[in-house]
Amino acid sequence: MLEISNLTHTYGSGPSAHNALDGIDLTVAEGELVCIVGPSGCGKSTLLRSIAGLLRPTGGQVVLNGSPVEQTPDNLAVVFQDYSRSLFPWMSVADNVSLPLRRKAMDKKQRKDAALEALEQVGLESAGAKYPWQLSGGMQQRVSIARALAYRPALLLMDEPFGSVDAQTREELEDLTLRVRGHHNMTIVLITHDIDESVYVGDRVVVLSKAPAGIVGDLRVDLPGPRDQITTREHPDFVHLRAEVGRLVRGMRSQPASASQ
Amino acid sequence: MIGRRLLDSKPLCGALGAAGLFCVLEATGRTGLISPIVFPLASTVLGRAVELATDVDFLLDVVSTLGAWALGLLLTVVIAVPAGFVLGTLPRAESALRPILEFLRPIPSLALIPLALALFSDKFDMKITLIVYAATWPVLMNTLYGLKDVDPLAKETLRSFGFGPLAVLWRVSLPSTAPFVATGVRLASAIALIVAISVELLAGGSDGIGVFLIEVGGSPDAMVYIIATAIWAGVIGLVSDSLFVLAERRIFRWHTARTEVV
Ligand SMILES: Nc1ncnc2c1ncn2[C@@H]1O[C@H](COP(=O)(O)OP(=O)(O)OP(=O)(O)O)[C@@H](O)[C@H]1O
Ligand SMILES: [Mg+2]
Repeated sequence: MLEISNLTHTYGSGPSAHNALDGIDLTVAEGELVCIVGPSGCGKSTLLRSIAGLLRPTGGQVVLNGSPVEQTPDNLAVVFQDYSRSLFPWMSVADNVSLPLRRKAMDKKQRKDAALEALEQVGLESAGAKYPWQLSGGMQQRVSIARALAYRPALLLMDEPFGSVDAQTREELEDLTLRVRGHHNMTIVLITHDIDESVYVGDRVVVLSKAPAGIVGDLRVDLPGPRDQITTREHPDFVHLRAEVGRLVRGMRSQPASASQ
Repeated sequence: MIGRRLLDSKPLCGALGAAGLFCVLEATGRTGLISPIVFPLASTVLGRAVELATDVDFLLDVVSTLGAWALGLLLTVVIAVPAGFVLGTLPRAESALRPILEFLRPIPSLALIPLALALFSDKFDMKITLIVYAATWPVLMNTLYGLKDVDPLAKETLRSFGFGPLAVLWRVSLPSTAPFVATGVRLASAIALIVAISVELLAGGSDGIGVFLIEVGGSPDAMVYIIATAIWAGVIGLVSDSLFVLAERRIFRWHTARTEVV
């Protein structure tokens, strides 16, 4: 589905140039949910923006479904880290969610229904008529998640999507993410700085190094049964993986027994 | 208690200020500090202003000025907003035209009256042209400024859903710039009124508030007429400005509400 090969990106040039990505190689299969963790400022958003075609990387390429990404590819949705700036303040919440659906063959009623359904999924069914700036930060973030879900993209990119919600909503949204990918067979790339979250949500956890970002670990998450906030998190495999990812993020060498590269 | 609360109301405070000024002016006239022959009594002027409200000649002139004002403002919006969008979205066009704009902008439109007199045979056309010229600047500059203020992430959001550049312009840049355009139009409306009356006054014509001023200039109590007319011009400007502010607040609540929070 998604193949990233030798991706590099340098911001600016000359002495002030900043090397953000350093030869990233990554393949994501269809229907997979890959979590990307890495220290703050390492280049996670840069990687995501290159995948979305919002940024032209200075080297390497991104291939989506067999064709190189030049502009923003079709059938893709992004939940931006800066969710409040990515919502349109002049539109109601419901209009914000249904706007991207204009790209699909849907009439007004279908768009409205799809928007309402998505808002319901994130627990905001009563906020449709409000404006984004009348909502709290966490609610705004849920609106931007609802907007992406309503679009039913083949590839969903999420940049620290649960960063500003309370712990309980965060768990609910993690479970929601797990549910929707089951229903709609979405491929999801989720960026997070939360190590527990990456192991809980992901089929795979890819660990990035400090700037310039390179891949220092790629771990398969094989946890038994459907994931559950309580039982999964106390499972020995979960605890072990979490420690493993933690070590990698901190730049320590992984245990020889692990599946990292 | 009640007096306190009354002073909290801004319009009431303003009215009190105006009444105070009126009393001071009236007193200086009555006490002979300034002879009423040199400068008419405030009450005389106010009385004349009230009379003017039912003076058909004057009202026709007001309507004529307001007509030119409205037409000029409309044309300004039709010209300056698209021009702003073209310049704002095509950086090359902007850098090519910027020096010319910066050169033209400081030229007072009234300084162009002699040129306009030579170019136009029709006084109305000339008036409209000068209004449009002067009113274009605030609208154009605010449109350009508003376009620069559009959040790049808002544009990227729409782009990420696969919308093309025109859709982004229409669905993000335009609504996001609209409040700035509205402020530009409000500033332009004040300028348009000033230019309309000034052109009538300096270049003459068949009707308009400025023409009325020329006509009453010959009468024995010209001063009373002139000040009473000026009061009406001020009232018209104040009312139109307030209406614009009110409309802006209502239509762009999302903009004001947001900037109040930040
Ligand atoms: N437009 C830009 N111009 C120059 N440098 C940039 C630009 N955008 C990002 N950078 C730099 O590139 C590096 C990586 O930025 P990026 O936003 O990808 O990090 P991140 O991993 O997403 O960080 P965070 O966890 O804080 O979201 C940072 O050091 C940042 O300063
Ligand atoms: Mg980031």
